[in-house]
Amino acid sequence: MKQKKTHKSAFFSVKGNVIHVLGDLKINNTATFLNDIAIFFRANPGSDFSLDLSGIEELDSSGAMALHSLHQTAKKFHITLNLREASPETKNKLELFSPVSNKTMQPGKHGPFFYSLGDKTMWILKEYVVTFFYLVSDILFWSVRDIFNSKQRRKGEFINQAVSIGVNALPIVASMAFIIGLVLALQSSSQLRNFGANIYIVDLTVIAMMAEMGPLITAILVAGRSGSSIAAEIATMKVTSEIDALKTMGLNPLRFVVVPKIYGSLITLPFLTILASISGIAGGALAAYLYLDITPEIFFNRMPEALYEKDIITSFIKSIVFALIIVITGTFFGFKVEEGAEGVGRSTTSSVVAAITMVIIADSILGLMFY
Amino acid sequence: MKQNKIVEVNHLKVSFDEREVLKDVSFSALQGDITVILGGSGSGKSTILKHLLGLFPVDEGVVSLLGQDIATLEEKNELDFYLKLGVFYQNGALLNSLTVGDNVALPLEQHTTLPPSLIEEMVRTKLNLVNLEDAYYLFPSQLSGGMLKRAALARAIVIDPPLLFCDEPGAGLDPVSLAGLDELILKLRDQLGMSVVMVTHEVSSILRIADKILFVENGVIAFDGSLSEARKSDLPSLNDFFTVGTGGKRG
Repeated sequence: MKQKKTHKSAFFSVKGNVIHVLGDLKINNTATFLNDIAIFFRANPGSDFSLDLSGIEELDSSGAMALHSLHQTAKKFHITLNLREASPETKNKLELFSPVSNKTMQPGKHGPFFYSLGDKTMWILKEYVVTFFYLVSDILFWSVRDIFNSKQRRKGEFINQAVSIGVNALPIVASMAFIIGLVLALQSSSQLRNFGANIYIVDLTVIAMMAEMGPLITAILVAGRSGSSIAAEIATMKVTSEIDALKTMGLNPLRFVVVPKIYGSLITLPFLTILASISGIAGGALAAYLYLDITPEIFFNRMPEALYEKDIITSFIKSIVFALIIVITGTFFGFKVEEGAEGVGRSTTSSVVAAITMVIIADSILGLMFY
Repeated sequence: MKQNKIVEVNHLKVSFDEREVLKDVSFSALQGDITVILGGSGSGKSTILKHLLGLFPVDEGVVSLLGQDIATLEEKNELDFYLKLGVFYQNGALLNSLTVGDNVALPLEQHTTLPPSLIEEMVRTKLNLVNLEDAYYLFPSQLSGGMLKRAALARAIVIDPPLLFCDEPGAGLDPVSLAGLDELILKLRDQLGMSVVMVTHEVSSILRIADKILFVENGVIAFDGSLSEARKSDLPSLNDFFTVGTGGKRG
């Protein structure tokens, strides 16, 4: 077969059947060299060539690996390639940077579909459902047992947590509830005016804020604010081996870290919820005054008729349940963290998403129970 | 043969909040040498390393690497410059979300136009060089401390930098792993001509590989010389380092 031997490259020259590689072959020009030589091989399929490497001045690992890879490229074009000459330095580099013969294979990811599905389901059940229930039982057990036993709690930690979870959340919770109460009443006012039922704005606002919106807004805001912080704190403690350190010092991490948060949230969330409800009702009263001409006096005189004891109890129970959900979810995802900064971020995100989802589900269930 | 100065520091002074950490530091490291920066805790050696790497701005004095004053380095030349440096961090500093193979491949993927198949071969070869080819598909969280260090070294040398900085490479390693790491660093120096600047406390390691010792004490270079000169030095604190480090009693 007639050989064309045409080429245009700064990296090699061809004399007869010998390819002379010239100059430096380093990380910044290896890609171009490979490209040039592939073009040359394509133009000369089925030929026999010798490779003369004596003209190489500097060679790094990428260059050495590229020279090794030439045999594979040549094979594709049915070209026989033999190493003819190389300086001792080049030979050393080629030896040092030779391709690995026994490559580690990627571990098999997939079996048959149903097998993988079953495997995954079992894994989720074990890693999430079972572990979650174990954690819940552990936390509840220690929370009840430690009410009068503060030995394994840091002094003042309960107050710290109450301030951090509850008191510091007050401005954001109160202002959000006020705005939501105002908007709720505002949107309803035009409908009520059509029926001449202006006064029912009081019932609507009070029932909605007291039984539903107050607890829900509070829980969602606290889940975003404190749930994430609980997950991030515990996840970081786990990643930096602080949890292990507590265990080896004979301290139970749940009692030391989590129980004060449970107490802090259980004490403050009902108060926060009541304040959110009051704030929302105040927002509703403002909208009623501005759009329906219902003075604050009329509004507050009507309130006792709209406010049922049942709604207050519902609100209280919801706030207790939501407090437990937020802390337990944050704790669960905090302990589930994988190594590293990204793992902490993932745990925090998962904890907020799960807490909000669980709060809404619990709200629906409790709403149906107390309807 | 006369060796070039690959690192040159002149009159470097550093203060943090009026606390003088480096008083007037001047030294150089030669091409092809393994230069060890030695010193007690809080002596200022990590501050020197961070200035060499350009992680801290140079307020007073001149720091030159590969003939380039890093304070006058233009932004457009930064990438080319940093591609000539390899850094081996004390804790590995591998990205936990990537496999070991992907960690090592990262500089090649980001900064070169090499074909993916060649990148994979290069990564496997570098991992093989540090005896870690088996860990190609593992995540950093699945590695032991020694393996993490070797993976970090593979990443630091994957682009064949002419200058390699090592921050306490032997910390936390058992003596056998440490000796293996030292052999590897010697191999890099001898076969690739890599120059190495290393901060370490490991006396056994220093005795095996150091060409030059810089002893930092109270923010100044208290000793600058070869390993054999350092061993004969009458500087008490340096003597203590070698004596205690080799199992003797403090003088």
